[in-house]
Amino acid sequence: MKTLELGYFHIKDIVIGSESKIENGVLYVDEAAVKALVLEDENIKDVHFDVARPGESVRITPVKDVIEPRVKVEGPGGIFPGMVSKVEAVGSGKTYCLKDMAVVTAGKIVGFQEGLIDMSGPGADYTPFSKTINFCVVCEPADFLLATDPTATLPIENAKKPEYEKAVRMAGLKVAAYLGELARNLTPDETETFSTPNLKEGMEMYPDLPRVVYVAMLQTQGLLHDTYVYGVDAKRTLSTMLWPTEIMDGCIVSGNCVSACDKNPTYIHENNPVVHELFKQHGKTLNFVGVIITNENVYLADKQRSSDWAAKLCELLGVDGAIVTQEGFGNPDTDLIMNTVKIEKKGVKTTIVTDEYAGQDGKSQSLADADQLADAVVTGGNANEVIVLPKMDKLIGMLDYVDVIAGSHAGSLREDGSIEAEIQILTSCNNEMGFGKLSAR
Amino acid sequence: MSYKVVHYINQFFANIGGEEMAHVAPELREGFVGPGMALNNAWKGEAEIVNTIVCGDSYFAEHEKEAKEQILGWVKEIKPDFFIAGPAFNAGRYGYACANICIAVQELGIPVLTGMYTENPGADYKEKVMIVATRDSAAGMRQAAPTMAKLAMKLMKGEKIGASVEEGYMNMGIRVNMFEKERGAKRAVDMLIKKLNDQPFVTEYPMPSFDRVAPNPAIKDLSKATIALCTSGGIVPHGNPDHIESSSASHYGEYDISGWDALTSEGWETAHGGYDPIYANANPNRVLPVDVMREFEREGVIGKLHNKFYATVGNGTAVASAKKFAAEYAQKLVAAGVDAVIMTST
Repeated sequence: MKTLELGYFHIKDIVIGSESKIENGVLYVDEAAVKALVLEDENIKDVHFDVARPGESVRITPVKDVIEPRVKVEGPGGIFPGMVSKVEAVGSGKTYCLKDMAVVTAGKIVGFQEGLIDMSGPGADYTPFSKTINFCVVCEPADFLLATDPTATLPIENAKKPEYEKAVRMAGLKVAAYLGELARNLTPDETETFSTPNLKEGMEMYPDLPRVVYVAMLQTQGLLHDTYVYGVDAKRTLSTMLWPTEIMDGCIVSGNCVSACDKNPTYIHENNPVVHELFKQHGKTLNFVGVIITNENVYLADKQRSSDWAAKLCELLGVDGAIVTQEGFGNPDTDLIMNTVKIEKKGVKTTIVTDEYAGQDGKSQSLADADQLADAVVTGGNANEVIVLPKMDKLIGMLDYVDVIAGSHAGSLREDGSIEAEIQILTSCNNEMGFGKLSAR
Repeated sequence: MSYKVVHYINQFFANIGGEEMAHVAPELREGFVGPGMALNNAWKGEAEIVNTIVCGDSYFAEHEKEAKEQILGWVKEIKPDFFIAGPAFNAGRYGYACANICIAVQELGIPVLTGMYTENPGADYKEKVMIVATRDSAAGMRQAAPTMAKLAMKLMKGEKIGASVEEGYMNMGIRVNMFEKERGAKRAVDMLIKKLNDQPFVTEYPMPSFDRVAPNPAIKDLSKATIALCTSGGIVPHGNPDHIESSSASHYGEYDISGWDALTSEGWETAHGGYDPIYANANPNRVLPVDVMREFEREGVIGKLHNKFYATVGNGTAVASAKKFAAEYAQKLVAAGVDAVIMTST
């Protein structure tokens, strides 16, 4: 039996000042301390911090990652193993989480696919991160990373993008770990316990329940589309298995610049909604066996191998059902369909979670691949739907790249400060792990 | 001032008679008749049925042209704000008439709505006209009337129409976003539990059947062929002069490569937002292989490389848009005497 207790601290406000502590639900952040932490990396020239609260007239863009601060207080390993902590296996003991808040990394764009978060207005209905108090880490790249060509569309020199992506990714994780650490010796507001029996125990405990596995597809197309598991670039892995609670300790982190709307930021990995919903049914209507992680590489041979292995693991486990989730669209739609078809052909019933690119008029085929065996689909909605986002009073980050991020067009940013673009630009609005309520028919 | 509505019903709902009276020709009446009362009441004075058109089902089926002419003539005279027909439930000819007269009136620029059972033959027109799904018999009037009245009022006011499952109309083949009560992960788990227990479940996205394009016969003698390059990999002149979007492209570009022995990073770049452009920008021939094609040209492997290429961004671009672009530039390629195309993707 693998058991993890999560302790929740509900954060009511964040105050930036000269001391770091959590007191009466307020997170105080020592600005100098977090600044020093971020500037440890020579790729970052400067950083500033800001707080965005739900309901405020605030726009954050370009957004890279969103992270929930956590700290491991009991049991082996530390938070974000292989990235911030040593690589020891996690998933048991006790972990504290700072709830109702997030660390949001922002600043000069890495790729075309950074996103936007509005804390109020119509955009706020779509992104889940309008509901969290956001501690924004706005990074400024070092001069030596900047493009030398004055006509360049994006600020970072092409060859330096991976370094800058890594620097900003690590800045977010380090700040989140630092803030999580503040809760170590405090008492959480509430706790919740998650237990997974091993295969033998599970079959003995729930002999009559259908056995269900969760197949999490990780975005690994490469070239700034990467996901890390225990520090390993997941495109160089074979499909493998995790205890569900390992994910809660941050063993999967995002290094992705996929379109904002269907990005799985680190926050959503930590709070994986499928894992949580399966735990709610575990021992009642089903027996949640564990998590298979598989990748979404671009080469056909990799796709064939990884989907073969995902299906093979389902077969090996002898499960009755599987939920398959995705990240990204287009190319990964082929991985989604290959996984689904192969798993169904092993006699395992599947439900899949995806999103749609049906065109601005909703009249196009929604996915780049299809198969009749994928007969149980949950959708995160059509990412091409056009939305107008009114001007916000305050901006965290910069509007320089609004016209080029995926989902916008030349002229998206209008003279009155409003933005007309596809909802594709809104961080995690069409999430393909089922984090949100958006759907389509 | 309330909206003016014209209602279309058949002889049965006008109380003229059943099958034996189905031959009656169109007739124009003042105010509401039969089921129109329920609609009128539901609108509470915001809209009013000013006229009811009654037509026998057989008459419409057998004299469709004449019936339409007569009815459209009246509608043009009345100039209503809205046209509503039925509901027809499972009456086949009535459903057919409702759908077709609605389509005709819709072409006049007047918003329309009808209602019927999903298996009514008239429901085959659900992608052309908005049809509320009703029960299969007139006993379903109590549910159908308020649903139709509510949706009709939204259409009259020009309000945003929600997804089919929210509003009660049959899916028109257009994907419409909506917010569900539960998050996606819970819906997925609930759906899986139903599937595991062999209970009925409804997928949120029925899989389409893809159209597969059979390739043309191979070219027998490449050495005489003119070959064009096309790409969805976003190769454009430096600075992206046509502002092709990084995702969900709304257009394509036509670019001349006369005199280019190979593409250079100074002259060309990618507009594509779906992949890291480092390698494409450093050497655009990686996406659009002008360099290799020129080699083939020199060696006589191919006749010649066409001097224009067509490029768009495939990233999240609607299939319908892509089809439209290609249909257009394929004509240009044919007109230019191009024998074959190498289409590169990323």
